Parts: sequence; C-alpha cells; structure tokens
Amino acid sequence: FEVCQPALWKMTENCFMHHRTKVLTIDTMNPNVKKVEYAVRGPIVQRAVQIEKELKAGAKKPFSEVIRANIGDAHAMGQRPITFFRQVLALCSYPELLEGNEFPEDAKERARRILQACGGGSIGAYSASQGIECVRQDVARYIQERDGGIPCNPDNIYLSTGASDAIVTILKLLVCGEGRNRTGVMIPIPQYPLYSAALADLGAVQIEYYLDEENCWSLDVSELRRALVAAQQHCSPRALCIINPGNPTGQVQSRQCIEDVIRFAAEEHLFLMADEVYQDNVYAEGCEFHSFKKVLFEMGPEYSDTVELVSFHSTSKCYMGECGFRGGYMEVINMDPDVKVQLTKLVSVRLCPPVPGQALLDVVVNPPRPGEPSFNTYIKERTSTLQVLAEKAWLTEEVFNTVPGITCNPVQGAMYSFPRISLPERAIQQAKEKGQAPDMFYCMKLLEETGICLVPGSGFGQREGTYHFRMTILPPTDKLKIVLEKVKQFHQSFTQQYS
Amino acid sequence: SEVQVPLGVPCNGLASRPGCVPFPLRPYGVKKPYKEVIDICWGDAHSGGTKPLTFVRQVIAVCIYPELLQETTIAPDVKERARRLLRECPGGSVGKYCVCGIPFVQDGVCEFISKRDGGVPISPLHTGSPVQFVLKLLVHGKGLAQTGVLTPIPCYPTFVMGLTELGAAMVPYYLCEDDGWCLHVEELRRALATSRSHCNPRILYVINPGNPTGHVQSRESIEEVIRFAAEEELFIFADEVYQDMMYAEGSQFVSYKKVLFEMGPQYSNTVELASFHSVSKGIMGECGLRCGYVELVNLDPSVKQSVTSAFNTERNTAVIGQIALNIMVDPPKPGDPSYPTFSQETVEALPGTSFQAGSGGIYAYLRLDLPQKALLQAKEEGTDPDLMYCSRLLEEEGVCLVVGKEHGQQEGTYHIRICIGTTSTRLKEVLRRLKSFHLRFLNEFS
Repeated sequence: FEVCQPALWKMTENCFMHHRTKVLTIDTMNPNVKKVEYAVRGPIVQRAVQIEKELKAGAKKPFSEVIRANIGDAHAMGQRPITFFRQVLALCSYPELLEGNEFPEDAKERARRILQACGGGSIGAYSASQGIECVRQDVARYIQERDGGIPCNPDNIYLSTGASDAIVTILKLLVCGEGRNRTGVMIPIPQYPLYSAALADLGAVQIEYYLDEENCWSLDVSELRRALVAAQQHCSPRALCIINPGNPTGQVQSRQCIEDVIRFAAEEHLFLMADEVYQDNVYAEGCEFHSFKKVLFEMGPEYSDTVELVSFHSTSKCYMGECGFRGGYMEVINMDPDVKVQLTKLVSVRLCPPVPGQALLDVVVNPPRPGEPSFNTYIKERTSTLQVLAEKAWLTEEVFNTVPGITCNPVQGAMYSFPRISLPERAIQQAKEKGQAPDMFYCMKLLEETGICLVPGSGFGQREGTYHFRMTILPPTDKLKIVLEKVKQFHQSFTQQYS
Repeated sequence: SEVQVPLGVPCNGLASRPGCVPFPLRPYGVKKPYKEVIDICWGDAHSGGTKPLTFVRQVIAVCIYPELLQETTIAPDVKERARRLLRECPGGSVGKYCVCGIPFVQDGVCEFISKRDGGVPISPLHTGSPVQFVLKLLVHGKGLAQTGVLTPIPCYPTFVMGLTELGAAMVPYYLCEDDGWCLHVEELRRALATSRSHCNPRILYVINPGNPTGHVQSRESIEEVIRFAAEEELFIFADEVYQDMMYAEGSQFVSYKKVLFEMGPQYSNTVELASFHSVSKGIMGECGLRCGYVELVNLDPSVKQSVTSAFNTERNTAVIGQIALNIMVDPPKPGDPSYPTFSQETVEALPGTSFQAGSGGIYAYLRLDLPQKALLQAKEEGTDPDLMYCSRLLEEEGVCLVVGKEHGQQEGTYHIRICIGTTSTRLKEVLRRLKSFHLRFLNEFS
C-alpha cells in the first residue's frame, strides 16, 4: 500500500494538471468575437510583418522593402503633418514652451485656450465624457460655417476616440431584438470592414446594398430598396450607413443622390449614419462634398425636423492624416431625447476620449485665419498635401487602366483605388483548392514576389464572381510610380502564368 | 436597445462624471461661503493639482514636434528617448496608427514586468481600455449561461457600468471593512455559491491596491485567491493600476503574476490570469492620455489566434499614450541628466503622509457614522443618507466627492470617497472644510 501511494499521488497530480479545463477556450469564448474579421489588418498584413522581419534578418528577396499600401495611414507613408497642429500640441504637452520664443503667437493662444479648459491645466487629466466643452463649441462653429450657417448645437456633438469609436457606440444603441426582430443595418458593398466587424461583434444583421461599379460606384436608391425589401423577411432594418466620400471606392456622392437617400430613409423610417471622414479628400473635376446635414436642412422641415441622422468625422484622414492621435466626433441630429440621455451615459463608461486627440481636433476646426502669423504656412501645407493626393489619384487611375485585365474607376475622393482585376480560371481554381479567396491568392503572391502589400477586395465585399484589390494612394509619388509599374508587371506575369 | 445602459447618477455642472454628486445648476453670481468648488471625486491627479512629470511631457512634446530636437534647453536624454521612439514609428511620426502597440514600447513593458516579477515575460497588449477588451473576449450568454463576474464591494462605478454594458452579471463579494477591507476567501465562496443559481460565474475581478479602499493584499491573501480560482475554475482579472502608490510602513505590493509563478507549476501552468496596469494613476497620473496594458497568462492555445485578431481590430490606442507608457516602464535612471528632476517630482506626486487612509492607492474611503435623525431626514427628503450628506457638503462647503452608494456598500452603512492624489495644501483645505461641515452636520442632527 505504501509503495502504491506515491505512484497514486503522482497520477493524481498529472490528472489534476490535465483535467482542469481552461475558462477561456475557443468554445467558451464570446462567439461574436470569433466572427469578427478585419481584412485591413488580417492575414496578409501579418504575412507582411513576417516578411519585414525576414528582410531585417538578412533574407534574400526579389525586393528590399515591404510597401504597405494596405492601410490609410498617411504619416506612415511619409505625408508630413501640418506644422501648426504639431506646434499647438507640443505646447499643450509641455506648457513651459509657452514662455520661450520658438512658437508663433497664434499657436500659443490656441494652446493656452485648450489648457485652460483642461483639469489642472493638463492634457493628462480626464475630460468630461462627452468631450471638452470649448472643443465641442469650436466643432459646432466649424460645422455651422461649413454648412452655410445652418445652426449646430454643441450639445449634439460627442467627441470620440477616432470616428470608429463613435460609429460603434451608435450601433450599440441601435442593435436589439431577437430573431425576425433583430436589428438590421444597411451597409454598402464594398465597405470599410469596420462596419461588418462591428455588426458581427454586436450580433446585428448585415444588410448589403451594392454600389454600382459600372457607374463609378454610385449609389442607386432602387438598389437600396431591393436590399431593404429582401431584408425585411428576416430582420428589422433600422439603420442605413453611407460612406461619403467612399472607402474603398472613393466615389463622391452627388447632391441629388444624397437627397434621394434622405428621402428613402425618411420613407422607410431608417436611422442614417453618414461617415464623412474623407470630406476634404475630393479630387475629381465636377465633384464636390455635400454634407448630409446640409442637404437635410435644405430639404425643409418635413425632413430636417424628423430624419434621424448622425454624421462622423475624424482627424485621421483628409489633409491632417493624424491617425495615431485618435481624434474624432459625431453630431447627432433629431435623436430622441431619452435615447440621447442613454448615449451620454454610455460614453461615460470609457471615461473620456484621449485628450491629445481632443486638442488636435480643436485646432483642426480652428486653424489659422488670414492675417494670423501661421496662416500662410498652414494654407501652403494643406493645399500642397491635397494637391499631391489629387495627382496621385489621377496617376493611379491612369496607369491601372493601361493594364489589360485591370479596370480602375476614377478615384474621385478618399485615399484609395479599388481596381477590378480579371483572374484566369486556373488561378481561381488553385485559390479554391488552397481554401483562399481568389483575390487573396493574388495579393499573397504579389506580396511574396514584390513586397507590395494590398488588401484583397474580398475583405471589403464585392459582387459574386468579381475580384478587386484596394491600394492606397498614399506612398510618395516616386514610390507610387514604382509600385504601379510593379503591380502592372506582376499582373501581366500572373495572367500568363495561370492562363 | 439590448445594451444595458448602466445606471449612473446623472450629473450636471462640474463634469459629467458618473458617481459624482449632482451639482444643481445655479445662476452666476450667487454668493457662497467659498470661492471655488474643490472636486475631489476623481482619481485624477492633474485635476487635483499634481503637476505632470517634466521628462514625460518633454519627450511627448519632442515626439510631436521633432524640430525641438534643436532646442538647447532640452536635456540629451529626452532627445535620445524621443529619437528612439520616433525611429520606431514608421514614417517617423506619432501620427501613425499602432497595430498591436509599437513593438519597442511592448518590449519595454515586457522588460518592466520581468524585472518586477521575475519569470517568463509574456507579450502584453496595449490598448486604451484593456479591461473592457479582455471582458469582451469572455462575456456572453443569457440566463443561466450569462457570464458572471465576481466583483469586490466596494468597487469603482465605471467598472460596474462596463459589466452592465457588456451584458455580464455582476456577482458582488464584500470586502471586510472591520478587517482593513481585506478579502476573505469564505466570502468569495459564499458569493460564488449563490451566483450559480442565476448565472455562469467565470471571472474573478480583484483590485490591488484597492479602489476605493486602498487596501494592499498580502502575499498569503493573493495565494488564497489563486488557489480558490484554480479550484473553482475562474479566470482572474488582477487590476493593479495603483501598484506604484504605496504609503504605509510594511506594506508591499506583490503582483498576482509573481505570486502565481512562485506557487509552482500546478498553478503557474494552469491558472488563467489577466493583469492590468495603466498610465492613469501612480506617479504618472496621465489619465487623459488613455493608455494601459494587459498581460494574459496561461491563455489556451486555441484562443491565441482569435485574441490576436481581436486585438488587431482595436482602434483606441493613442500613440501619445504609448509614449507615456514607455516612460512609465522605463523611466530616467540615476546618472541620466533628467534623473534628479524626475525623482524629485516623483516624491512630490505622492500625497502628504499626514493623512493615512489605506496603505496604498489614491483614495481615502471613509465610513460615515450618521446619526439616526439624519437618516430620518434623508428618508423624508426621499434620498439616500450619504447622498444627502454629500449634497449638503457641496452646497455649504464647495467640496465635491463620491457617494459611497456608487461603489456599493453593505446595507445600512455609508461612505464617502476622497481622492487624495493631490497637493498637500489642497488636501489640507479639503479636510478643513470637511471637518467644519461634519461637526455642523452632527450638531444639526443630534
């Protein structure tokens, strides 16, 4: 018996170690988290990171660097920040600099104003959950000026951690119900995958409406109607998301189109979510940004008093490109007052958005005015940045359209091209055998052979049987030219290889 | 909406902060016996008058505006750190998105954790809200399957609100006030047992040092908790954001991870632990920058990929916050040009020792023994006694603090929470006003 005991104890110890199941396993995990995919940073990016490490370790490849043309991150691609913004933020971070001579008076004035509104005069203090009041007032003033004087109430402005945070917050409020009553949210195809990820995360029903590739990715209300009617069979459609200018498609909605959408939303009793983060990125002749709010109010009280609309903006895009600061806001229009109270409580759970981002947003909506010391430099930098982007947008469209098998719609706005690629049947077969989407197969090969990282169209959604990729127009012009050439060559050799 | 929007005390005035005493709106120019309201609610050092650390802010300023590298007044170690951080940002700019946190910052956190705990470092994940991030991985289900989270009472209100928002069931366990607010495992056991009839308890949330209590757990207590979690198959969430704030003699912070690894493989290879830290508290006090990290220990291999993917979709890790985090885990050292100023400022950041509340943390959590008459008055007014106390304190003395009800308390007990992370002058003023009010209050209701 005594001889057996130690063996028994040991067995028990081993059993104990193996028996205990983890609390968190793939089966016990929140199922919504598993459903979430985010193509922009998905497997292709992970492979790109790996390759970068391999290159650093001295591996030999047919290229010397990975070009990350996958994410809309301007600064990572060498876009220069706006000097004035960085000056104000530096002053806010280290207020002792206010005493010195390095910074212009207009920058100092804005920094002082922001710091006065911060607890203890520090951007390290918590702010009110809805955002620093004077920043919200400045945002309201900016919106009012932008929209030709249509009043904007600062109480309707909620500062957020980038626009994404605000979008998810609104979706949280909207999603409810079970089964046939489960909230359905209409999103464009192709779309920015934040939306599909958030909907999966919240367990909402995704209602897809297709943008019209033949017509420059425009939005057709009859397509909205088709999607809605089909969806009403199995869910309760409550919201309609529009991205204008579009991501990944870059299309800029015409004023007429926006009116039609608003009318549709009013008829069908839908909550409108207008993602307008690229509002300054408009390049094509004849295209102009029209804010949903402005159009709504110009349609008269029948609409402007009733249609529920939230519009989103951020400091991550346009000519600022300050993704890392996580600055953003939303304006809520015609929101039910009781719901607004709940919204205010909901945003307080995360305490507050990062204060440096709020400070940045303040300067973005309150930039140097004519006559102020920093005005000339500011205007020069802003104009130049937008101009270069416009040139690159045009260049991209032009080059891609010279490649047999690639068609690229005009890049009217935003920061991306979303060309359509035709793939040989054999390539499609091989992809399927590998269990990969054909355009993922294509993009992976492109990455391995050229070091260029793009995002396959399957990550954004596309019509069955069509294939695309999204490429940013952000790399510096000379690099962009090289990238376009390489993609062109790759496409030709790929087509030949699999024909 | 099915999102359970949590009950917060709606708040006007001072700041819309949950748990704060509502400040009734007043017209300007009303005469009061005080010139300014002192908001002593919030665990917000800078609001409370503590100055940010010079080195931190200089590095941030230089990273934001690299032209400052030419400035002669800025110390070489500041420049070196800024250059290093900028090198790690592709494009050399802090305007860049971070994926999984800037690797250099991540490495620094790893090293910090190794030094603090010994043992094998595991890659920490930085984000703006690490607790919410990990909760989301685990919380789901309804009815009996609803994930339950064992939560200390008292606890800070936004955590509870966060549970409600995610649809988790809060399972309260009471800390023992008479025993210095320590954690008794029998109480954990009781709470767990009763919870099983209405939810699926999977997470055990501990705050060490405590908020609002300031209690610092002993090693033995931590071991007990770990053993309990192992037996009952619970995932431990150890919120250790106040680990730098230790005052009382003989008090020592030891991390859950360290204790876990010193308990041998039977525990160290199996017990799942998430340990949290942030730049919001401690000597940094940079709440507004919104950055923290979580270290996930003993994650099942089957979930690693999902966790990584989920983390890749996180979008709230501001770069400026990560810079602060980098400095927190890798501050100036003796010999560095910035060290003398840094160490001096660090000492000043800790509150005066004239007021000992807990042995750590940033709050004093005081019990109010309210006279019977006051309790009756509150009932008549249709309010809670501690809320009535605090409202009057605000009106009469201009001191704003957090009502115990927001933290949860045993039935029939009343508390107030004061943030003591402030200058000693301010704190003295708060105590003076509080004392004056308290004596009057007792007098009125005697």
